Amino acid sequence: MAGFLLRRLVSRGVLVVVAGSLAYLLAAAALDPRAGFEARVPRPPDAVIDARLSALNLDDRTPLAERFLVWGGGVVRGDFGRTREGEPVNAELWPRLGVSLRLVVPGGVAGSVLGVLLGAYAATRRGRGADRFITGGACVLLAVPVFVLAVLLQTAAATVNDAMGVRVFVWVGEGESAGIVGQVRHAVLPTATITLLQLAVYARYQRGLMLDVLHADFVRTARAKGLRRRTALLRHGLRTALVPMAAYFAYAAGPLVIGGMLTEKVFGWHGMGEWLADSIDRGDVNAVAAIDCVAACAVLPAGLVSDVLNGLLDPRVRPGAAA
Amino acid sequence: MTRRGAAGSVLLAAVVALAFAGPLVSPWSWDETDFTAFGQGPSGRHWLGTTQSGRDVFALTLRGAQKSLVIGLLAALLSSGLAAVAGTVAGFAGGPLDRALMWGADLLLVLPPLLVVAVLAPGGGWPLLAPLLAAFMWMLPARAVRASTLSVRERGHVLAARFLGVAAPRVLVRHVLPQVASLLVADASLAAGAAIAAEGGLSFLGLGVRPPDVSLGALIADGRGAAATWPSGAAAGLLALIVLAVNLLGDGLRDALDPLRGGR
Repeated sequence: MAGFLLRRLVSRGVLVVVAGSLAYLLAAAALDPRAGFEARVPRPPDAVIDARLSALNLDDRTPLAERFLVWGGGVVRGDFGRTREGEPVNAELWPRLGVSLRLVVPGGVAGSVLGVLLGAYAATRRGRGADRFITGGACVLLAVPVFVLAVLLQTAAATVNDAMGVRVFVWVGEGESAGIVGQVRHAVLPTATITLLQLAVYARYQRGLMLDVLHADFVRTARAKGLRRRTALLRHGLRTALVPMAAYFAYAAGPLVIGGMLTEKVFGWHGMGEWLADSIDRGDVNAVAAIDCVAACAVLPAGLVSDVLNGLLDPRVRPGAAA
Repeated sequence: MTRRGAAGSVLLAAVVALAFAGPLVSPWSWDETDFTAFGQGPSGRHWLGTTQSGRDVFALTLRGAQKSLVIGLLAALLSSGLAAVAGTVAGFAGGPLDRALMWGADLLLVLPPLLVVAVLAPGGGWPLLAPLLAAFMWMLPARAVRASTLSVRERGHVLAARFLGVAAPRVLVRHVLPQVASLLVADASLAAGAAIAAEGGLSFLGLGVRPPDVSLGALIADGRGAAATWPSGAAAGLLALIVLAVNLLGDGLRDALDPLRGGR
């Protein structure tokens, strides 16, 4: 199992390195940090702009390959360079990553677990009220883009706050409030957005997968052995139906990161998403490249989790059993 | 066609009719400003009211919907075309070409596409958005097309054509492509839904369609924090409706074209 995981990790790692380099090259080629300096009032002399840009490794007159090598050398040492204001990118990156993780991880986990359970339940109740409700709900949720969902939840919460006369729901100022209660109160709405988003996708796929195994021979055998329907479906049916979902988990990480970024923007959390939008606006190449790299790296742990789940669920994947 | 698909196509037709015929009957055009009405509610003069700067919400919303529909359609066509070419060629040719194409697809899957599009999009106008979105949506369908091409390649009629000496491109177009077409059609409509949602998200962040032009995402972003909720509400509702219609249509097409998945 360990060897299998290591091999998968290495092959994904190579992809991430290439993807990260591509992200820097794209950002460096497309963004124009010089314009930001030239637009300052009063406009600094050209020599000053040039000196500043080359000090930050942002000078568009240096060949792209040379800038890339400087940047790559820094990244290997764990240094993502400096922002356009001259602050180190790292100092800003890690706190913001923490904010984003606090949002995406609980929401993603809750959403995928709930979605799998709901989808499996809907499949066992196929055609009845509960199935129709879950399928219809997932269909509508999938049609609502994540930022619309976030805005709707926010509007609804504001209405509730007004009606109750107390601020039941709060979201602005995440990270400033002390204590667990304050943190949780801030996190309810954004986490709910992410959870709903994930839940809809997973419920939909899981229902389809579960329907395939509902009448499979091995489930009938388990029933014939004397297991109750629930036990047979959970231990034999769901386990088999989960294997393709585990593979999907790695691919779902990208959309989850994007969903988190849009949600942050709506709820005013100072995470990676907000930073990305601002950095692109400012033409801040190093910050954009760092965010892209971190997002590409997010696929690594997601892929690892997906491989571990796959190995746990499906004995055929484990190399020892393959012989 | 299933009931879902029928409902989706009716809904989509209604939205398209509204988006393209609506401006003809609307008393205001999207780029006009009414200096006598700032931030007013719905009335006979302005059917959905006006924004804070005196622009007609009804006309703006329809203009945004047009943009969403056009971008979604273009992106879906382009990405399905790319998926068809890359998938069939990779599956049919095999060998190094196959490995190179699929490695490229995996690479694009690792980079969250919206990030790259967000970096590149502000450079061009909105017509650039559709090809950009398409460039990052073809990978998963291409993998599916490749998988079914692998099985189609070994079927009797394809083998017969190849042994008769028909050139590979012709075999691809005449004998392989029709077999994977159902997959592509269903996927194209789902891709359209994804592209419309992605365009909305980009414009919401201020990185997609730029002012003075409007899009549904930008309208929703503008409406936040304003006292009145209905201008952004109209845009949000219409955006959700478009994606819902396209998704339903895609589901219906997939169920109708793929016998294995029928009746779900």
